[in-house]
Amino acid sequence: MADVRIDALSVTYHGVDADVPALGGVDLTLADGDSVAIIGSSGCGKSTLLLALAGLLAPTGGVVEVGGEPVSGPRLHTSLILQDFGLLPWKTVLQNAELGLKIRHHPVRERRAHAMDALERVGLSEFVHLFPSELSGGMRQRLALARALALDADLLLMDEPLSALDALTREDLQDLLLALWRDRKHTAVLVTHSIEEAVYLGRKVLVMTPRPGRVAAVVDNPGMGESAYRQTEAFYEKCAELRRLLASEGALHVGGVAS
Amino acid sequence: MKRTVQKALGYAGAAVFMLAFWEGMSLLLHSPALPVPFDAFAQVVEQFDKLVPQFGYSALRVAAAMAIGLLVGAPLGLILGRSRRADLVFGPLVFLNYPVPKVVFLPVLLVVLGIGNASIIALIAIILFFQILVTARDAARAIPAASVLSVRSLGADRWQVFTQVVVPGAMPEIFTALRIGAGTAVAVLFFSESVAGSTGLGWFVFDAWGRVRYSEMFAGILAMALLGVLLYEAIELAESRVCRWERAGR
Ligand SMILES: Nc1ncnc2c1ncn2[C@@H]1O[C@H](COP(=O)(O)OP(=O)(O)OP(=O)(O)O)[C@@H](O)[C@H]1O
Ligand SMILES: [Mg+2]
Repeated sequence: MADVRIDALSVTYHGVDADVPALGGVDLTLADGDSVAIIGSSGCGKSTLLLALAGLLAPTGGVVEVGGEPVSGPRLHTSLILQDFGLLPWKTVLQNAELGLKIRHHPVRERRAHAMDALERVGLSEFVHLFPSELSGGMRQRLALARALALDADLLLMDEPLSALDALTREDLQDLLLALWRDRKHTAVLVTHSIEEAVYLGRKVLVMTPRPGRVAAVVDNPGMGESAYRQTEAFYEKCAELRRLLASEGALHVGGVAS
Repeated sequence: MKRTVQKALGYAGAAVFMLAFWEGMSLLLHSPALPVPFDAFAQVVEQFDKLVPQFGYSALRVAAAMAIGLLVGAPLGLILGRSRRADLVFGPLVFLNYPVPKVVFLPVLLVVLGIGNASIIALIAIILFFQILVTARDAARAIPAASVLSVRSLGADRWQVFTQVVVPGAMPEIFTALRIGAGTAVAVLFFSESVAGSTGLGWFVFDAWGRVRYSEMFAGILAMALLGVLLYEAIELAESRVCRWERAGR
């Protein structure tokens, strides 16, 4: 079970010069298998929120619970995909994909099998012996995804995973993310700067205020996951609704959400 | 394969250039202290039986010293680079000693370790130790935080972060330190062998110099140059094996 409960979460960074309040009290509840897209201006604390959920950052205040347990460190079945993918340049595609299992001391044969399986799912099984520097941006992204999948994650945290990609590759991978989510039924938290992506991939869309980030609104998006949702009237309306919300938050234009 | 041929051609070109320069300087100076290349090479042939064992002594000493400097300096440097506490305690100790020219310790080493291999190896190893340590420390500090975070998110403990991220991430820099160190090592080898030895290329050159046999001396210098090139190429080879990803995606 990977239901999420975040209650009055605040994080303050102790910067070189001054303290930076990044999150100013965030509340969020997610059922197991739910999916939320987080959108907000640059620097409002989205990445910080994911780090806290992943157990890599101790909150200054508030509670973070996953599966009913308070998060105090990296959790066995949480996978985090960082803003720049976090692939290790000195490891091959296969070695990167199986890294999580290696760190957890799974036997070689088993982790090979899991990693190959995950690479298969994202369409990289022919490239196992290449290094990340030999992959295209889209392939790197898929590799980061495979590494997360190999861990058999029930909570998948993704920080702008598709923002560096061209429009075509991006839609392709959005479809892959959606298919995986439907298929595996994990809980998904996706940070994005794109309104369309948020509406396409989030059954809820969480809009954050500028720094220090709080929840400005949670928009329900029940149409998400329908086939060819991108082409429907409902999709356009949801996007327009979200755009209005963001504009009233002052997030458009100031912080650089793609409008 | 193509790369090997290119490299060989590069060395051949450089050799031709150096020989022409040498020949020119020798004719210009017209002094027995700088014989023409031909005389030096003739001495290489003549002294071959004597040069080979001296070459062996020197090569073994440098190799041993480099191995010690690497095996002690690199891990310590990486630890200092990643642990604030260790750096606070040991950093000042390192930087206090770093600028001191270590060759001045040769007399002390001679008293402690006696004349011969141990002193020579120790001196070179100490010098390389500092060079490698400082480079490894800086390289470990420069490891991108994202790499560390990503393996920590996979559940890595400190040791796993060290082996999976810090060591490979700093490896190219450590090899650079080794390459620079190879040059230093041969230079220090000459100094220490001529002071503290009765074997080795340094001693061979120094001895020929003392006997005013300049062609012989240059035969020894040529052998030292060869030793330097071999060290450098061995390090290159090791790096291309260990850091395969560096050649990827070029
Ligand atoms: N390690 C850190 N030390 C100090 N301040 C930090 C640190 N990391 C982030 N911050 C600050 O905290 C705030 C939130 O950062 P965060 O990375 O969470 O923003 P974000 O919403 O992910 O932005 P973006 O959309 O640009 O990725 C920013 O103002 C940033 O300057
Ligand atoms: Mg971010």
